[in-house]
Amino acid sequence: MTTLPEHLDRRFRDEAASAGLLDVAYDFTDSPIGTLLVAASERGVCRISFDPEPERELDALATAFGVRVLRAPGPVEIVRRELDEYFEGARREFDLQVDLTPLPGFQRAVLEELVRVPYGHVDTYGGLAQRIGKPRAARAVGGALNRNPIPIVVPCHRIVGATGSLVGYAGGLERKEALLGLEGALLT
Amino acid sequence: MMDDVRTPPFERFYEQHKDAVFGLLAARLGRQRAEDAFQDTFLRALRAYPDLRHAGNLRAWVLTIAERVAIDAHRRERPTAELQEPESWDSRPPHAELEHLAAQLPQTERAAVVLRYGYDLDYEQIGAALGSSAEAARQAASTGVRRLRGRKP
Repeated sequence: MTTLPEHLDRRFRDEAASAGLLDVAYDFTDSPIGTLLVAASERGVCRISFDPEPERELDALATAFGVRVLRAPGPVEIVRRELDEYFEGARREFDLQVDLTPLPGFQRAVLEELVRVPYGHVDTYGGLAQRIGKPRAARAVGGALNRNPIPIVVPCHRIVGATGSLVGYAGGLERKEALLGLEGALLT
Repeated sequence: MMDDVRTPPFERFYEQHKDAVFGLLAARLGRQRAEDAFQDTFLRALRAYPDLRHAGNLRAWVLTIAERVAIDAHRRERPTAELQEPESWDSRPPHAELEHLAAQLPQTERAAVVLRYGYDLDYEQIGAALGSSAEAARQAASTGVRRLRGRKP
């Protein structure tokens, strides 16, 4: 069986991306909290996923953004770099566009507000509910955060329970603790 | 074919067929010229991909694109073309084109070339189909391809 040489594989992936033919480009990146899958549409970062299962991720991305999903390092290079800097403690804010277009309105409102919680600070589920003008929706806010497609960059780790307990995190509480620890925000 | 009827994410389609496409193009054009033809084939496929109405036989679909790309490459380099080009082959599936092209080869070589490059069977499967070993199938296909390349236009 003829095998495609690696440089040709790489060349196709680069050309596909730079010709603007992809709905989503993605790649994997190493981080102190494990391998991350990072994906971007033409609008911005659209997915960061812990413990990625590539086949499932592919299907989910294709359903949300379109079937032209391809592993292509070029378009996500900037995201990888900013994540590296963040994990090295050299970056406190991400200069990245995010693409939340496939999400329902309520979840989008929650995540857009969440981005305003600064590095090293925490807020509560109730606090966030209040800030989007739905003070009684703390529980629904929790649900919206739990399904956050772009963790770290959209910092759902900065939301904790009213008593300061970590409560929950889709990527696992250890990761939430690690991220807050990195930012120097860990509550005791 | 076991393809799902729903169009799969492009990554999965590309991974499944990239080696077969490159193998076909390398056999038709030589490895050097196959490089550009490969890019061209999958960029064409990518452009057409969102409009695919069914995903029943994506391998045949992409190999047909590869054949058209190979034909275009031959047309551009007509005087030095290595292989003859039957007039009517644009509309025919790759295996039919190869059968036509390979028609004058000795029987075993012809079968090995067509099964290998027209249907993308591996040499184990071809060996089994011809009642010989994988190694014998590989040699038959390789001799057949060399013989085709040696033929004058």
